[in-house]
Amino acid sequence: MNSTEIDYVTIRFSGDSGDGMQLTGTQFSNTSAMMGNDLSTFPDFPAEIRAPQGTIAGISGFQVNFGAVDIFTHGDEPHALVAMNPAALKANLADIKLGGTIIVNNDAFTELNLKKAGYTSDPLESDEMTKYKLVKANLTSQTIEALKDIDIDKKSKSRCKNFYALGMTYFIYTRDMKPTLKWIEQKFAKYPDLVKANSIALKTGYNFAETIEVINEPYIIKPAAIEPGTYRQINGNTATAWGLMCAAEKAELELFLGSYPITPATDILHELAKFKHLGVKTFQAEDEIAGICSAIGASFSGDLGLTTSSGPGIALKGEALNLAIMLEIPLVVVNVQRGGPSTGLPTKTEQSDLLQALGGRNGDSPMIIVAAKSPSDSFHMAYEAARLSIEHMTPCMLLTDGYIANGSEPWKLPNTDTDYRKIKVQRASESEIVDGKYLPYLRDAKTLVRKWAIPGMKGFEHRVGGLEKQVDTGNVCYEPANHETMTHIRRDKVQNVQNNIPKQEVNGKESGDILLITWGGTYGACHSAMHTLIAEGKNVSHMHISYINPMPSNVGTIINGFKKVIVAELNCGQMKDVINARFNCNASGYNKVQGLPFKIAEIKGMINRELEQL
Amino acid sequence: MTENPKLTKKDFVSNQEVKWCPGCGDYAILSSVQLAMAQLGVQPHNVAVISGIGCSSRFPYYVDSFGMHSIHGRAPAVTSGVKIANPALDVWMITGDGDSLSIGGNHFIHILRRNIDINIVLFNNQIYGLTKGQYSPTSKQGTVTKSSPYGSLDRTFNPAELAMGSGATFYARTMDTDPKHMIETFKAAHAHKGTSLVEVLQNCVIFNDKVHEQYTARATRDDYSVRLEAGKPLVFGKDKNKGLILKGFSLEVVTIGEDGITEADLVVHDPSSRALAQMLADLHAPEKPVAIGVLRQVEEEVYETELVKQMDSVVAKKGKMNIKELINSGETWTV
Repeated sequence: MNSTEIDYVTIRFSGDSGDGMQLTGTQFSNTSAMMGNDLSTFPDFPAEIRAPQGTIAGISGFQVNFGAVDIFTHGDEPHALVAMNPAALKANLADIKLGGTIIVNNDAFTELNLKKAGYTSDPLESDEMTKYKLVKANLTSQTIEALKDIDIDKKSKSRCKNFYALGMTYFIYTRDMKPTLKWIEQKFAKYPDLVKANSIALKTGYNFAETIEVINEPYIIKPAAIEPGTYRQINGNTATAWGLMCAAEKAELELFLGSYPITPATDILHELAKFKHLGVKTFQAEDEIAGICSAIGASFSGDLGLTTSSGPGIALKGEALNLAIMLEIPLVVVNVQRGGPSTGLPTKTEQSDLLQALGGRNGDSPMIIVAAKSPSDSFHMAYEAARLSIEHMTPCMLLTDGYIANGSEPWKLPNTDTDYRKIKVQRASESEIVDGKYLPYLRDAKTLVRKWAIPGMKGFEHRVGGLEKQVDTGNVCYEPANHETMTHIRRDKVQNVQNNIPKQEVNGKESGDILLITWGGTYGACHSAMHTLIAEGKNVSHMHISYINPMPSNVGTIINGFKKVIVAELNCGQMKDVINARFNCNASGYNKVQGLPFKIAEIKGMINRELEQL
Repeated sequence: MTENPKLTKKDFVSNQEVKWCPGCGDYAILSSVQLAMAQLGVQPHNVAVISGIGCSSRFPYYVDSFGMHSIHGRAPAVTSGVKIANPALDVWMITGDGDSLSIGGNHFIHILRRNIDINIVLFNNQIYGLTKGQYSPTSKQGTVTKSSPYGSLDRTFNPAELAMGSGATFYARTMDTDPKHMIETFKAAHAHKGTSLVEVLQNCVIFNDKVHEQYTARATRDDYSVRLEAGKPLVFGKDKNKGLILKGFSLEVVTIGEDGITEADLVVHDPSSRALAQMLADLHAPEKPVAIGVLRQVEEEVYETELVKQMDSVVAKKGKMNIKELINSGETWTV
């Protein structure tokens, strides 16, 4: 059989939230990663665990973009859709590239399901579908038929249909079935019948696609030119958890997580809860406030305190964040941003908590803020958040978002011995004891960082609290001049972090017509778009900011080198306002608040339009 | 020189000026805690005193140990983290009826449920002091304050009953007018493994003066309170001639020597009985004597001990792991 070589393909798997689409997509991704492709994935699931079957509200999707070229996003327009029922078709059709392949589970296109999806007639017979390559497969009945000799009930057989569908896509895109077969064996090791059933479903689906010649020439997607190294697939939440464990190890501190479950941050708690043998203590608190307060208590005792949440939870933690700012102790806070305000869009992505992070507390309350730009970068930035918090004795907030938290990509494993240095704990010593008294708020003259004395250290007994502190002694003090001094110290201390972070880098030239500024999880789409435009010779550059407060010292200089500055972000212009306030550069915003990430084409189109108007 | 020399109260007194109102019950509580600490032989550097917000919560500033004056209602959560991170510490939590039973009610019930080994001292003066005199969750219904000029409508929380319902393993009640009893109670709380809750009936001289007068003043308290001792009958009264018997499902006051009642008829105190503890918690003056002493004490699993055990068992099963091993484990591939 002939085959067609292509650079990259985007596939979306979609079905009821009980159809196993996340698992199917993950298997496809892992196999592709093992085959040497670069890739990026994005799961898109409903807030409801099991919304009514067959309805659009209950649709769970998983998109994977994989290729022989560098991949930075989950793909703009899927080339193929696997739709397990009419609702999945209806919810996704508009996103699919014209001419793309659509595999539907024909068995699910019953009158009842059509009605539940809001169709008045069978869409498979409509003119609309002639714009695509439609593959009608009786996924349910064929799977059940293929498994007729296996001794499990019909419902369990029907559940294997996702592997049947996966098998079909494996044929179309010439995927190796071995990694998935091996995974099935391990996953269902205790249930030999299920190993057999799922393996047969996968193979039968593959053979079926071949037999009906679902495609004349299966696609070949060669391995990407990937930097040599050892890789693994990782999503942002796992990477965040691991980065924090790495930091704790490098600081020789025990990691204490106080957390309350909240979408989309909960998986960090799940992940860390596994690692008692790495010395991690996880405390599922009674609420968000107890989550952060227990972490503050743990830091006070000498652990690395950590709390993880999303916007609404961060709102509840505000008062405690300020306590940690006053106590001047390490505390890492992770905000996996989701659509807001209020409960908003729990499972959708957004970048609208930037101003909350910067200023969502009473008083002049400066906090270090960093942001991760991709799933794997979450490891690095989580380490950085902990490093800065420990070295500067003040809380640091790491911003990620639902897109990179749940999205995954291959991660070139760092050498943790050489790539990540030890983190120096600011332990108190005799030099802070003056006239027999320990002075807890004595500081390093240059960094303004105080030392850390923990219970158990004889001679270092002291009291801290949320009330204003007297300079040096840390005693409660209401004097006007002292408050002003302390307010300035807290501000300058955070500003001094600038001396402990890397200089800002720019993709493209350091001056030109247009500078695109981005931060956080929009990196992939924006980088891809700008990379192409720069390669095309356009006079544009891209600056992606990872260190948000303080920003690197050269950000202003870079901004000054451009005629026009555009800040693209998934909110109504929060970073744009910050940039304008700090650098007075008349930056304009490019914004999207649909709970979805940017598409590469959106950014490219926008920059091209802006170039024309210059 | 010994490693841990014998200490006195002054070793636990900080250099900070105490700023409670003259005549406040808090002074006696502070002094009793400091005396108890000295008598217990604990070392200041191993002690952490954590509080929330309110008059009582200024307490940590006055004890020369490690301390934190945290935020309103959250002391139980902070304390939990302090103790879990370092179970070797001697951790005391100071709170008031507003701090623990109102704004911090959620954390209060959960620390009791988890049974983390700390000592809670709950100052109950049935009023908000620091915000200048509003009714609290323990104020009697109808209390007239600036925020309830026509009398408060809220029904009253009984801290003891709330604690029992939350699974408290140690609950004791004492009073600011009896330092000796306070010291003994704090020592008993310290000896208990698990969350020890001591409610101190404390007088707010400014906004709720004499609210506990009848059952705490020297002159009258013997007649309006019953001192509990494990294994001893429930006797009270100036002349030790009154007692409590079980009648139906409640405790009734009797006079020894009347109607053929002898000491043998009285209920014998058993802190392990939840039913008895709940009946004792429900005794209100003047009709019945307020129960003073350890109402309930049982041994249950202690959270941080179980956590350490669980961590050790995972290490025993899987071996210690470091980050390098972790990131290289499982499904990886080499390009």
